[in-house]
Amino acid sequence: MKPILLIDFGSTYTKVTAVDGDAGELLGTAAAYTTVQTDINDGLDSALKRLFEKTGPLEFAERYACSSAAGGLRMMACGLVPELTASAARQASLGAGAKVVKVYSYQLNEDDAEEIAAQKPDIFLLAGGTDGGNSEVILHNAKVLAGVEADFPVIIAGNRSAARQCQRILEGRQTFVCENVMPRFGVLNIEPTQKKIRDVFLERIIKAKGLSRASELISGIMMPTPSAMMTAMQLLAEGCEGEKGIGDLVAVDVGGATTDVYSIADGMPRGMETVYKGLPEPYVKRTVEGDIGMRYSIHGIVEAAGMDRVCELSGLEEGRAAELIDHLAAYTETLPDTDELERLDFALASLAVETAVTRHAGTMEQAYTMMGLTYVQTGKDLRDVRQIVVTGGSLIHTRRTEEIAAHALQDPRKPMNLLPQKAKIRIDRRYILAAMGLLSRTEPQMALRIMKKELTCDGSTEQTHP
Amino acid sequence: MSKKKKLVIGVIGADVHAVGIQILYHAFQDAGFDVTNLGVMVSQEEYIDAAIETNADAIVVSSLYGQGELDCRGMREKCDEAGLKGILLYVGGNIVIGKQNFADVEKRFKAMGFDRAFPPGTPPETTIKALKEDLKVED
Repeated sequence: MKPILLIDFGSTYTKVTAVDGDAGELLGTAAAYTTVQTDINDGLDSALKRLFEKTGPLEFAERYACSSAAGGLRMMACGLVPELTASAARQASLGAGAKVVKVYSYQLNEDDAEEIAAQKPDIFLLAGGTDGGNSEVILHNAKVLAGVEADFPVIIAGNRSAARQCQRILEGRQTFVCENVMPRFGVLNIEPTQKKIRDVFLERIIKAKGLSRASELISGIMMPTPSAMMTAMQLLAEGCEGEKGIGDLVAVDVGGATTDVYSIADGMPRGMETVYKGLPEPYVKRTVEGDIGMRYSIHGIVEAAGMDRVCELSGLEEGRAAELIDHLAAYTETLPDTDELERLDFALASLAVETAVTRHAGTMEQAYTMMGLTYVQTGKDLRDVRQIVVTGGSLIHTRRTEEIAAHALQDPRKPMNLLPQKAKIRIDRRYILAAMGLLSRTEPQMALRIMKKELTCDGSTEQTHP
Repeated sequence: MSKKKKLVIGVIGADVHAVGIQILYHAFQDAGFDVTNLGVMVSQEEYIDAAIETNADAIVVSSLYGQGELDCRGMREKCDEAGLKGILLYVGGNIVIGKQNFADVEKRFKAMGFDRAFPPGTPPETTIKALKEDLKVED
């Protein structure tokens, strides 16, 4: 037996997963509260103790970790036009697993400078202008950033004609020049920036966040947890040498404060009669809905979906539902231990999934032209995706997971939202996705096999919108 | 980077005439311009956003379905608002409905702030010549 330890330092829980590297099997999982304020190893030790109660003592040959503790990787970014380079900068940051505090467009002003100083991001991403395009704004923004008191590294990934000048303006600060996130109009080039973000995370952020004490024990690979999730999802979709993937997929992670959605699919227009508008979106796409979450952002769900939907799905009367929602927002640790709360959580989780996936997916509009009916597509067309993966406490600790997850599917009454039309739903009951993302860096085939085995389906058939 | 003059082109409004704009794209590229082609069904905002990011020298609007006048209204003002003051604005194609005296049509588009308007059937060479003249490109 060759035990491998995979650790996820979450903002609340430190989750540990043990795998037997020889047999390629999951040995066990356990969790304990994260202790980043004192010593991060305390939480890790408690989690390991619980793990060993199940597995017996283990001597780990390798240890890998990802982290979203201490606020995760907090980033701010700026671009020029909101729908273009600013959007590309956002996608680059999200795709690197960052928590995006804010993305600015056009010229930064004094208020923005104050806000950036107050927020103290872990990394600032400076973008704007296509190569050879506008350089005025990125240079202006570099000057504003140079005047911000807080100490954070800046990744410059805008108009290459202005990159070195930006670097000179920012002298005294740690800077990195990357390829432009949008080198030509409408061309997204975010991988080089994402790689740089991950490097900076490793070199700098881990230390600053008090995680380095843990890193002494770790063989290698520290990455932001969402980045591990994305790696796992891409592997699961595509497969690797010797093992087939499950094909294009959408994954949803409903948390207490945010809801993350991942899609691994091309999503470009299917037919000649469809015109694509806006910036093309990445094949591996991540979005984070900061206003959609089961506890801290519970009011955001109600605002987005409407109280009538909450009542309809929960069967609760409006006054009572509002009362319970306020209670859950105030007491975020509350578990759904009554029939009423269970029904309410079911409704909220369903609507969180529906809202977050609808926002993640593209839309189709009809336009009547002289040539007849034409379709205008914005964002990714996910209608042909046939696999949905769900994770997050509210989804995996209920028996109605499949029903909740089916809200990620296209509502036939809303055909213009390009959500999957029918799909098989796979559930991450043992919370292993981030761990498998870590494992995949060294043992992709093993990670893929474990995922295919552990991600269980309640039903064997494809589901449709409820 | 190249010192080529930069153009943003596309077919405005709910117009799906996709072939002509491709021909113009190649003609302008061959004439030595750096061209961003937005394709068909382009809104005013899309031209403007693309011109900002690429620091374009001119926006060339095509319209072939007769609704050009409506689609182009207010475009100059939007350019001014977006900080593209003085950017060269061209329009060409079947920009109005029916057979109208083009001198009148041209007058109306110039009043809307377009620097030049081209009648149906204008060969690309004419537009290229005008662009070179207005953008002071030496042959």
